[in-house]
This record gives sequence, C-alpha cells and structure tokens, in this order.
Amino acid sequence: MSAVAEKDRAVVQLLLDAGTCPRCVLRFCSVGSQLLYRHPLQDLLKDLQEFLKSSQGKEGTVCLDVADPPCKRLRLEHKEEGADELNHNGAIPQLPSAGSTGNAGNAALSGNTALESSAGRVCNVCLGILQEFCEPDFVKKVCQKVNSADYQFTSFVFSVSLPPQLSVRERAAWLGVKQQMRNLGLPLAKDDIVQLKEAYKWIIHPQLAEELGVPADGKSLFEVSVVFAHPETDEECHFLATACPDCFKPAKNKQSVFTRMAVIKALERIKEEDFLKHFPCPPSSPKNLCDALEIQCNNGAVFVAGRYNKYSRNLPQTPWIIDGERKLESSVEELISEHLMAEFKADSFNFSSSGREDVDVRTLGNGRPFAMELVNPRRIRFSAEEMKRLQQAINDSSDKIQVRDLQLVTRSAIGRMKEGEEEKTKTYSALIWTDKAIQREDIAFLDDIKELRLEQKTPLRVLHRRPLAVRCRLIHSMRSEYLDQHHFRLHLRTQAGTYIKEFVHGDFGRTKPNIGSLLHRTADILELDVESVDVDWPPTLAD
Amino acid sequence: EGAAGPGGAERYFTRWYKPGTAGAGQGQAEPGGSGALTPLCALLADVKGRPCEDFCVLQHSNRRVAGGGPAPGRPRAAICVITLAEAHPLLQSGKTIKNINYQISANCSRLQNKVSGKSKRTCLFVFQMQGAQFLTELAPLCRISSSDGEEYTIYSCIRGRLIEVNENILTNPALLQEKPSTEGYIAVVLPKFEESKSITQGLLTQKEYEEVLMKRRSSAS
Repeated sequence: MSAVAEKDRAVVQLLLDAGTCPRCVLRFCSVGSQLLYRHPLQDLLKDLQEFLKSSQGKEGTVCLDVADPPCKRLRLEHKEEGADELNHNGAIPQLPSAGSTGNAGNAALSGNTALESSAGRVCNVCLGILQEFCEPDFVKKVCQKVNSADYQFTSFVFSVSLPPQLSVRERAAWLGVKQQMRNLGLPLAKDDIVQLKEAYKWIIHPQLAEELGVPADGKSLFEVSVVFAHPETDEECHFLATACPDCFKPAKNKQSVFTRMAVIKALERIKEEDFLKHFPCPPSSPKNLCDALEIQCNNGAVFVAGRYNKYSRNLPQTPWIIDGERKLESSVEELISEHLMAEFKADSFNFSSSGREDVDVRTLGNGRPFAMELVNPRRIRFSAEEMKRLQQAINDSSDKIQVRDLQLVTRSAIGRMKEGEEEKTKTYSALIWTDKAIQREDIAFLDDIKELRLEQKTPLRVLHRRPLAVRCRLIHSMRSEYLDQHHFRLHLRTQAGTYIKEFVHGDFGRTKPNIGSLLHRTADILELDVESVDVDWPPTLAD
Repeated sequence: EGAAGPGGAERYFTRWYKPGTAGAGQGQAEPGGSGALTPLCALLADVKGRPCEDFCVLQHSNRRVAGGGPAPGRPRAAICVITLAEAHPLLQSGKTIKNINYQISANCSRLQNKVSGKSKRTCLFVFQMQGAQFLTELAPLCRISSSDGEEYTIYSCIRGRLIEVNENILTNPALLQEKPSTEGYIAVVLPKFEESKSITQGLLTQKEYEEVLMKRRSSAS
C-alpha cells in the first residue's frame, strides 16, 4: 500500500501551508490507495497534521492506515521544535500547537493557525473538486437529476469537464514543490502525481453507484456528465497565449480560445522559467468554489434495423421540403420513425438504407434493408416480443409502407447494409411503352441477353447535384412479358447502382445501349417496381 | 394508344424558345450581357436575311423527380438542354449536314470542357463546376455546315456552365435531324442558382413562340 512517507514531509508541509486540500496533498505524494481518498476530509487533514508533528528522522515510514475504523494509527509524540527543523531557509512553518486533540474531529480546530483553516479554505489546486464535490450533498444532487431524467440504464460512466486553469494550477503547485525540494537539497520524487480526474472518480464512483443502484463502468453507454467552471480564475490561462502564441488559434465560434487541449499543449511547451515568471508557484487560494454548471445525461445510440416495403407511388423516402414548403405528404422515414421515436423516447434519429427508390417506385418482395439510429434514447431494453408488437404497430398505422424483421442491431452491423448497397444485385419490374408497334417476336431476344454492359452518363435528372461521370453497369438478365402492341413488362436483374429508367428511355442517348436502341424504337417507362434487394441483412426473423 | 404526353426522357422538361439571333454571331461573351433578347430579334433575323435560326431550350423540372429529400449542398438550378427548334433551317427537308465542329476558335473547343470526376461528393462537384466553361447567351456552342454551302452557328441561348456537348452527333450527324429534341441535342448547360428564375426571361414560352411563327408566315405571304 502506498503511504505518505518521510520523504514527502516537505511536500506535505509546503502544500498544506499554501492552502492545498488533503486529497490533493495525497495526490502529490503519489498515494495510490483509492480507499484512502474516500476517508472524510477532516480525518485526512488530521492525519496529515499528525504526520507533520511527528519528529523528523524517525525510522521507517509513517503509514496513514487505509483500513476502515477503528484506526490503528501510530501515535507520534508532539515535538514543538520539530517544526523549526523543517525549513532550513527560514520559512516560517505553521503547525498546530500541541494538545489540540480535545475537539471532536470536525472542522473547527480552534486556536490553530492557517494550516487547520485550510480545512475551510477552497483548495488552491483543485478549486473544490476534491472537497465539496465529493460530499454526499453533491452526489444526491447528481442522482436527483439522473432519476428525474427517467432513463433506462444498467450501468453508468461519469464524466467531468474541468476548467482549463486547473491544469495551470496543477503545474504551478508542482513547480512550487519542485523548487522547495531543490532548496532543501532533497532529491525530487518521481512525478507520478495522481491525476485529479482519477482521484475524483475513486471517491465519487462508489457513492454514485450506491445511490443509483448500478455499477460504474467505463464502457457504459449511459453517461452522466458534469461541467465545472470557475469564472473567478478564468483569466489565469491567458499568460500562456503570450508564452506560446501558436497553441491558441482563434476559434470560429465565439467560444474561448483557451480550451483544455490548447492549454495542455501550451503547458507542455512552456519553459519552467517562463512559467515561474508569470504565475505564483504554488498557486494562491481562490475565494470561491467551482460551479457545477450542468449535470447532463446521455444514453448511447441504439440501432433498429428491418426491411421496408413501399406500396405507394407517391411517397418519398425522406421528407420532401423545398424552400420551407413540404411538397409531398409524409415519407418512408417518417412513417417508421414516428413509432420508434415514441417507444424509445429518443432525442432524434438518423435513417439510412441500402440504396433508395424514387417517389413513384414501389418496393415489393422482401423489401429494402434499413437502419434507424435513435439518438439519446430514454428506453433501451426491448424484448423480441416487444419489437414484434412495435413492428405490428407500424404496419397497422399505414398501408403505404410495411416493415419486417424489425430488431435491435449493433452499430457495426450497419456496415453490412451499406456494403449491400454497392455490391449486391437488385431485381426490377418495368412497364414499358413503345412508339412503334411491337410483336412478341420483337422483344423475345431480350430474354437471351446476359451480362449486358451499359455505359450510363449521369442522368440529366440528377446532374444538378451529382458530378458528370460515366458509369459502367451490368444488366445480368432480363425476362419480357408481352402485353400489347405498345406495351410490355420487363423483369431485370441488375448490378447495384444501375439507373433503370434511363436504361429504358435512353436519357437523350446518354445511356447506351438502352431499350429504345435495342428495339429501334422510342421507349418510355410507365411504371417501375423494385422486386427484390438481394442483401441478406438484417437476419430474417421467424414470424 | 401511346404514352401519356411526350414519351421518354423529354417528359419532365419545359420547352422555351429562342428565335433566331442575328448578327452577333462572332462574339464569345457579352460582358455584363443584358441577356434579355426579346421577340424583336425574330424580326431582326428576317432583316439580316438569316430567318428562322430558332433554338429550343429544354428546362428540367428537377423538383418532380428522384428520391425525395433535400439535395446535398447548396440549392441548384434546373439543368437545361440546348436543342434546335423545329423551324431551324437545318431541320428542313433537303438539308444534309456536312460537318459539325465544336472548335469555336483557335483557343476554344467545347469538347475540351473540363467537367469530369468520379466522386459523388458535393465538394468535388463544386470543383468540377468551376472548371467548366462559363457561357453567356451569345456564346457559340458549335458550327454546323451543310452540303449546300451554308454555315450555321448554334448559340448557348442561356447563361450558365457548360456541362457537356453531345458527341453522339459528331459520329452520327443524322441524329441531329432525326431526333433534334432528344438524342440529337446540342449541349447541356447548368445555370447559376441565383439566375434560375431570370434564365427564362429572355426566352419565349411555347405559346409566344407559336405567335412568332404565325407572324412570320403572314409577313412572308
């Protein structure tokens, strides 16, 4: 177990004098025992004071015991002269006088000096983070916020955002300690200072876990986040801009240029002498605590996948709004998301699918794979039964679309859907009109054409938003169905990314060959249906 | 029994007409060009002795098609296809096309219009558009000579970026005469979005054009 050792004496003295809280003192002494940090602040302060009172030169180390009460602490003799021995260069030490044990171990150790009043002072290094913000009151406040937000979760991760000046103060405290050690002619201990955030989590995680009834887990999808700010000292970072100007690029938004990352970068670069010139080491005590600005909850996104059929020839896949005006009522996306958003109680959604069809094209057969990302859902757990009911609710609410195989999937599964979009074949059924009359014999040859190679320039109808290019695509096979002298139905199996309408009418000759050129007529497409999207994802569910 | 309306690719286009421009045939661009060529030019054409060199601009109505949902990136104007109007001399019986030339001048060939790319991404699209030649209404697209010694210049008729010229008519000039409104098109031009409404101000609707044709016939008789 780590402990505060004899070699740390000068550090402890210096920091406590400067107004550093006991927990930060432990951090600077590289104390790695999580349990120790969880001791009440007053106990820790008393232990440190006791440690300082003990005589120098005692053999072995003084252990601040990490076991739960009753404490088996070594009781050391008070030695008033011991104080003077500490500081060889004449700095006046401030130690509590002997016989101060009469009070109960609470805040007021009356009659004592600045040392003990550091119990009431806001820590000059952590600005209160390891003090007030570890107390049950704050924990309660956080948990109240979490519970009122009404999330479903089985674990949590607690993330904090600290004001950048904390890094500056940490450095300042460290440099102050370093200087002191040099003056004393003592070797400097290796700087594994325990990180502030880490120590904070050691203290607060168990309390939050107890109150919320679920464990803390770094990989949890449910995040409770707190933003701390300390406006009183916001300008403490500014001197870094003169020392390392190129670390601070003007931000596009009006936000401060002094971000945590920029400050840390500058602190890596700045020379010790420059730092010492501009900033008191160790840092001074602030007047106020940090403010906890926001306590927010966020659940990681969940993904719902399925396949949809589209039976309307007047329904876009995504909402169709031009100049703020809706051009067509509803959309595939909205008809599906409406129910999912309500059930999962999410903030928003992102809809994606394995390709898409035009407004006037139906999607038949097994339907088209889609995935719906639900952002910050309040509810995350759904049984297979519940998903089935949700699917039924969607299907009952509209005859324009139907969904199947509705299920929860992982984020990585989406990749399979997108790969399907580019690689897998599709089959279609097209109703074709010709200007000049046709007989059965005229179209029979289409059935024999295999792997027909097309060169399709970007269709005119999408040229305003897609670059001009030539696509080579394959029509794997076709099957014709003669209807009358000017109509026939054509079934096609094609490579992904083939523009079917342009294959039929030729798009001003920019898709070659096309049905018109093959039949030596002018052809037009009257109706198009997607018969199948040959992607075997998401997994088919038994009914 | 035929298809509803004009068949095939032309279905989604609106037809606008530019009656024969006269005299300004040599110029490339009219700086700050007013662009508002009025029906008066039809009469000018007759005066200059170059009657009926009329063009038809097919303006796509993009709003009606494809997928639904907002187009990525900035809004864009509808694409326009430049074609010969039926009254154009080159489309009258007896005319044989001898040569079609996209080389407008020593330095300028419409075939070398750099608009190409493989990416679907909008940023590349913008880059492409910047490389494409910018045309004003009187910018020549190509010159066509007929076997009877006549030479005709085909003009852009609208302001915008040249997307492509039709290379199919180079290999098969008959296309121009057989299917002037589809496979025999001359070029595709994309107007600036800010100008998409004013584009058609210098052009005539189908009805207005038919009135011009009527006037010609009556003044000829």
